[in-house]
Amino acid sequence: MTYRNPPTAPRKSATFDDYTLSEIRRAAATGIYDIRGAGAKRKLPHFDDLLFLGASISRYPLEGYRERCGTEVVLGSRHAKNPIELKIPITIAGMSFGSLSGPAKEALGRGATIAGTSTTTGDGGMTEEERGHSQTLVYQYLPSRYGMNPRDLRRADAIEIVVGQGAKPGGGGMLLGQKISDRVADMRTLPKGIDQRSACRHPDWTGPDDLEIKILEIREITDWEKPIYVKIGGARPYYDTALAVKSGADVVVLDGMQGGTAATQEVFIEHVGMPTLACIRPAVKALQDLGMHRKVQLIVSGGIRNGADVAKALALGADAVSIGTAALVALGDNDPRWEAEYNDLGTTAGAYDDWHEGKDPAGITTQDPDLMLRLDPAAAGRRLANYLKVMTLEAQTIARACGKNHVHNLEPEDLCALTVEAAAMAQVPLAGTDWIPGRNGY
Amino acid sequence: MPVVIDLAKSSLRDLNQALHDIPDGSNETAWEVLNPRGSHAVAAGVDKPVSVDVRGSVGYYCGGMNDGGEITVHGSAGPGVAENMMSGVIVVKGDASQYAGATGRGGLLVIEGNASSRCGISMKGIDIVVHGSIGHMSAFMAQSGTLVVLGDAGDALGDSIYEAKLFVRGAVKSLGADCVKKKMKPKHLERLRELLERAGVTGVEPEEFTRYGSARKLYNFNIDNADAY
Repeated sequence: MTYRNPPTAPRKSATFDDYTLSEIRRAAATGIYDIRGAGAKRKLPHFDDLLFLGASISRYPLEGYRERCGTEVVLGSRHAKNPIELKIPITIAGMSFGSLSGPAKEALGRGATIAGTSTTTGDGGMTEEERGHSQTLVYQYLPSRYGMNPRDLRRADAIEIVVGQGAKPGGGGMLLGQKISDRVADMRTLPKGIDQRSACRHPDWTGPDDLEIKILEIREITDWEKPIYVKIGGARPYYDTALAVKSGADVVVLDGMQGGTAATQEVFIEHVGMPTLACIRPAVKALQDLGMHRKVQLIVSGGIRNGADVAKALALGADAVSIGTAALVALGDNDPRWEAEYNDLGTTAGAYDDWHEGKDPAGITTQDPDLMLRLDPAAAGRRLANYLKVMTLEAQTIARACGKNHVHNLEPEDLCALTVEAAAMAQVPLAGTDWIPGRNGY
Repeated sequence: MPVVIDLAKSSLRDLNQALHDIPDGSNETAWEVLNPRGSHAVAAGVDKPVSVDVRGSVGYYCGGMNDGGEITVHGSAGPGVAENMMSGVIVVKGDASQYAGATGRGGLLVIEGNASSRCGISMKGIDIVVHGSIGHMSAFMAQSGTLVVLGDAGDALGDSIYEAKLFVRGAVKSLGADCVKKKMKPKHLERLRELLERAGVTGVEPEEFTRYGSARKLYNFNIDNADAY
């Protein structure tokens, strides 16, 4: 028997890992950057890095199922004649018709309405499906202004001026030719089948002084009836929130980098913007510094998945949260029942994010007439409503355990952090210590 | 006799609410606004076929989202005049600032003086006739509609243009990405003649204009055009 020296095991680079190598090969072969949907997929400091302390001797809890714990929220009370009143502090984020099918938009409206909350249009105008099935509908006012018209502005319940979104702060919309059907093209006044690039900046205002006048104009057109939201991506949350308030916003919507998009460059999603957890406290501080906390409401989105996330966002100072990706999953997006078809597309259930290609086996992110039939809007809407109710119950469970009779009474003092990073970002103590990084000279 | 609203005595809110409250079929179809003094959002959101004569200059977004009104500014207009107009006519007797007719979806905007930068930005069906010249980046991402300029155009005319039609009588300082000079066909001359007449232009022939539009090379992504995106 010959002696062989013990070999070293094959070792892959942590820097050049399998995903990175595959991306280099893909770019070299195709000559185009990777475009995909959804939000940041990398591991980020998030709500899972926070824990609630609960009650014991120093705080006493409320009786679950017996003692009331309110969840209602009023949005837009600063200037609007008709503020929005929601039963739960969870809204459905803006997602476009074009990116989503008509039946998917209808399902979002149905689910939100059953649960007593609002849904939101997107970068493609307002469809009859969603207006008809949404008791409370927020109409987005975007840089592209696709389909924008005064009739829809007046039949909306609130107007959301979109400055940016968490997946791509500083970037515009993108809808590739595969999804520009006749109906989508007509609503957007574009030729069918082109790769549509929407602008990253509004065409008729720049900066907070102009925005203030733009908000005045929209209020004048709608006779000061509708709440005006301003949506910002998680870039400079302290200053952007302060400037939105200065410009006259009734509500600030703040979207962190886990917030999804229909389609944009992978490099944008993963490398621009801040995690949701890092955005909330600076935004709340801006509101507090201006004496506007709870007067201008703050809606936080980007990676909200369950009632614990809802409760944590509210405890950090938000008035409500918004869900997009999670709502699509509740409708049926990425469901393992379509695994064979996901495999045919070179992916797997749970990883499918090529929403821009319009081939969604679940029939949600598509304009294909056959695929979209797979989604039953009534059944999908019911699933969304169930999910929203479960999240609300979970948030109430936590609030009662912390002795709160309304979810808005949750506060940073109810929280501790599991990691130093989360402690610094959320500005709550590291678990078992009284240490908040950055406070008291440490 | 027109209904007169004097902004030295009434608020902007009173003016716009009164215009929005005009019932269908009302006989009060002529309105006059005195002392606008640069106010923003004057006659924004008009949705009836009424005439509004504004006696003086206005600030931002005059006639914003106009749907059927005939609004005349007897002075100059600030940024975003006639933004997102749906239908009707807006005439500016003086000059207009930037973003005139931005995202407009229908109707006719006439600027008897000059317009500034970004005239007709993101236009979606509106027709714009400028008796004078226009500034840089005009008709940026213009999707549909017609922009007619009797004078000159500034830098980067029609950058990233889609299907809007541009007609310029004077010089164009430079064309933006994917915007090219195009052949004038009889149907274009006919369209120009009609627009010039509606805009009150006399003594100018359609043949004096040059047509510009999209080369359609950026409609679908190609890495070899990356410099143009």
